[in-house]
Amino acid sequence: MLSRTADNLYWLTRYVERADCLARILDVSQRLSYTPVTYGGSTNEWASAVLTAGCEDEFIARYGPLEDAKEEDVVSFLAFSPENSSSIRNCFEVARTNARSVRTALTSEMWDVINSAWIELQSFPNRALTRDELSRFLAFVKETSLRFDGATFRTMLRNDGYWFARSGAQLERADNTARILDVKYHVLLPEKEHVGGPLDYFQWASILRSVSALTAFHWVYRDSVKPWLVADLLILNRQMPRSLAACYEQLARNLDDIASAYGRQGPSQRLARSMQARLTNRTIDDIFQHGLHEFISEFISDNNKLGAEITEQYLT
Amino acid sequence: MRIRIRHEITQRFEPGSRNMAVTVRLTPRSHEGQFILRWALDLNSDCRLAAQEDAFGNLCHTFSVDGPTDHLSVVAEGEVETQDTTGIMHGTVERFPPSLFLRQTDLTEATPAVVAFAESVKLTEDDPLGQLHALMVALHDKVEEQDGPALGGPLTANAALQAGKACSGGIAHLFTAAARHLGLPARHISGYLAPDAPEDGENAGVGTARHWAEAYAPKFGWISFDAGRNLCGTEHYVRLAVALDAMGVAPLRSTGLEVEEAVSALDSRAPQKVAQAQSQVQS
Amino acid sequence: MPHAFDEMSSADGSVRPAYETLQRWLASVPQDVLDHRRKEAEFIFRRIGITFAVYGEQNSQERLIPFDMVPRIITKDEWATLSKGLEQRVKALNMYIRDVYTKREVLKAGVVPENLVYQNPAFRPEMNGQRVPHDLYVHIAGIDIVRTDPDTFYVLEDNARTPSGVSYMLENREIMLRLFPELFSMHKVAPVDKYGDDLLATLRSLAPHGGHEPNVAILTPGIYNSAYYEHSFLADKLGVDLVEGRDLFVKDDVVYMRTTEGPKRVDVIYRRLDDDFLDPLMFRRDSQLGVPGLMSAYRAGNVTLTNAVGTGVADDKAVYSYMPDIIRFYLGEEPLLPNVPTWRCREPDHLKYVLEHLPELVVKEVHGSGGYGMLVGPASDKAQIEKFRAKLVADPANFIAQPTLALSTCPTMVEKGVAPRHVDLRPFILSGSDKVRIVPGGLTRVAMKEGSLVVNSSQGGGTKDTWVLDA
Repeated sequence: MLSRTADNLYWLTRYVERADCLARILDVSQRLSYTPVTYGGSTNEWASAVLTAGCEDEFIARYGPLEDAKEEDVVSFLAFSPENSSSIRNCFEVARTNARSVRTALTSEMWDVINSAWIELQSFPNRALTRDELSRFLAFVKETSLRFDGATFRTMLRNDGYWFARSGAQLERADNTARILDVKYHVLLPEKEHVGGPLDYFQWASILRSVSALTAFHWVYRDSVKPWLVADLLILNRQMPRSLAACYEQLARNLDDIASAYGRQGPSQRLARSMQARLTNRTIDDIFQHGLHEFISEFISDNNKLGAEITEQYLT
Repeated sequence: MRIRIRHEITQRFEPGSRNMAVTVRLTPRSHEGQFILRWALDLNSDCRLAAQEDAFGNLCHTFSVDGPTDHLSVVAEGEVETQDTTGIMHGTVERFPPSLFLRQTDLTEATPAVVAFAESVKLTEDDPLGQLHALMVALHDKVEEQDGPALGGPLTANAALQAGKACSGGIAHLFTAAARHLGLPARHISGYLAPDAPEDGENAGVGTARHWAEAYAPKFGWISFDAGRNLCGTEHYVRLAVALDAMGVAPLRSTGLEVEEAVSALDSRAPQKVAQAQSQVQS
Repeated sequence: MPHAFDEMSSADGSVRPAYETLQRWLASVPQDVLDHRRKEAEFIFRRIGITFAVYGEQNSQERLIPFDMVPRIITKDEWATLSKGLEQRVKALNMYIRDVYTKREVLKAGVVPENLVYQNPAFRPEMNGQRVPHDLYVHIAGIDIVRTDPDTFYVLEDNARTPSGVSYMLENREIMLRLFPELFSMHKVAPVDKYGDDLLATLRSLAPHGGHEPNVAILTPGIYNSAYYEHSFLADKLGVDLVEGRDLFVKDDVVYMRTTEGPKRVDVIYRRLDDDFLDPLMFRRDSQLGVPGLMSAYRAGNVTLTNAVGTGVADDKAVYSYMPDIIRFYLGEEPLLPNVPTWRCREPDHLKYVLEHLPELVVKEVHGSGGYGMLVGPASDKAQIEKFRAKLVADPANFIAQPTLALSTCPTMVEKGVAPRHVDLRPFILSGSDKVRIVPGGLTRVAMKEGSLVVNSSQGGGTKDTWVLDA
């Protein structure tokens, strides 16, 4: 297929996934921000939302220091701002533009989801939303990504187009999970000496919530929420669809499918497999021993590298 | 006169560019009064160079640079034997009837100011040759040639006229635009101008890339007019390419960033000296 | 203005034979059923997303062209005459363009004045002396036809660049089949859906080299182009890649497209991109839409561009006026389809006549299209005419004038029932190296406003399904 078509599919799904992740981050921040402050210190949930979204530089340039980040600014920046290239609104805009230019590669069901989401997006007011409106908006975003994934899964031919689309979503999902861990890794560390104040259940639960895994946690571990188990679930547990290990299992398979269809392997297959192996062979103790933060930073950078390899190998 | 020419063009690309297509129009042809003794193109990249003739009969080469790279450099080098023909062109490659060269282009647009200027030098009697000479003289009085690159601007016929000062390319555009308005076919020429080698071998200058015009007068054919210097072509001129305007004779076209050029055109008898580069930058 | 010929009802009130069944049907179907189906049709159009953009209008990125449900009917005999005439016309267009860029015999013979070619903005000096594959230039032509009486079809305009509208022809038929299957069971209507196959066969036949299965691609300026829907529609129908300029590159005078499996050679490019934007190394250097080096590959004979570059030299309204002579010159035949009589304002005596008769004439810009920049004398008031007169006097060579034709009318659904509206017809003529293919019918455009003669979609015109009866 045309490289541009593959590129459009790959980014289309990445943007839908990104919008979904942003919605979850905002959801959790909102929840935390009206949970009674039972922990001391100066942790600002809205600041960490910006950090997790990975757009702190643009935010600071517009609104000033991160520690003073205000709810309405963060919400408008992450959800609606046209200046933020990764705001939810922009994600949907880009997704639709991509979809429009590869319409022949999409099923009509997929197009329908993207197109109606884009139309519905116009109906949300271009001003600060009330909390109620915001909740409705975030529900709409999550709904859209569910419908889109469903349409893709149920209607798309299983050929290279599908595999590129899925690869984009998996890569983006792995990146998002890793970012959540990167921003919050300190609350997961076993020793409590470093960050100000007592850390507690709310923070751990919020991490799980931001990947919709609070219920799953209990089913998997049949235990109360413990930080190292949270890390285990999000990094190594292959049952958990948003874990790094699960993402890479899928990603490596999709890339292998592409390679066997084309009868040729390349650097992206090699890198994906080696990352998958790394996630399979490690234990969570092992990761904590060698440094959780280092592990996550390295993962984020390798994940980006894989994105670049895929682009280089197929999309340009 | 025997003229030694070196023309180097560097095209910058975004770093890491690949498969960059390039057209160069850098090979002069022989005609009466101009004989190419030797000529070669040299590229800093391995490419298959296939010569084509463009629609105006100019020799050009189109190739692609595989990359990844951030620049391409092309050097044309050769030697040309010239004779004075009092500006009258014979034996040139002609692919169009003269009337094609009445065509307007963006660079030679006959704006009201250009039309007014052309009308002001219109002679009453029907003498195309006299008309053209009158036009050259009037233009020379009206627009001063400025130092600097041949296409350093102002470039369009209108801009050259309004500024009263222009590069040789701008002056050639004004000449062709005005001649065409008067119903006289005229065209744009790119090439080189070599200075005389002084007897004592000092301060000869390095010669330059230059643009001028040719116009068609029945009974005579095509005649070269360099209004910037107020004369018809001499043995100091080497003709490289012909087209409707400077865009059509562009020595290099690609889709990169800026272009730098360094040209020398020397009397072969002059002592070798280090060419002081004449540079030009296009956007 | 004389009374217009109606294709359904004769002047004496009787119904012309081809329309008898349709007329009975129209009379028998209750208005609310028709209204309901009309809504259904509009819903389907919106849903598929058949939209177009109107230049110069903001926020109108996606507008619908009104679709009229009453089909227009052409008899088998009428079509036989038309298609012969169309084939003749396109043949002459091809010979003319080839001649203009090579031997110029038509100029030497004085049939067409030199300056009409050399001063024509659509003439491409860059194409001079270039052979194109199979010596064909206009592979896809749209010839606009109007009718004034039962026997006369005039050619109103030749479109030799990138005529559009064929997607409407095909979609209109699809929708009619869905909405009114019973009507089709009452008529033998020649199918149009093989246009996709015909176009693909034509494009393949034009490949520069035999030997391997030619790779065909459609080149679009992108999603912001007003006809993007049609581009993607055709790519889908043909099963070929819809490419943008950045998907293609040229190496050693061969065109490749970038695919996920590496470069793939392209042999035939059906480009829906204007000449000016095709190759920044040859034409507009600021073009981001084209392919650097494409013209060099074209010149080397390694790729076919359809339509060829520079075909615009044959389809402006000034050249149009010479078409009958051009047909006689190349084919030694009389034109089968007449031209509308045309005054060329570039000629002083013609201009004089035109200026004296402005209120009764239609005056058009030589390079105008889409119904812009024209004067319809009988429909204009004094001020409009005087304003246009000034424009005309300032630049006469830029205009031609024609008598105001009483375009034929067809029954059309309007606010209250069915009423006659003026129509034209654009058939699409495909010229391959093997043969000429014309799908019976074409796109009928209809002026939805009462009395209006302007059928262009940009001016509120609509479209109809066009039926050529097979028996």
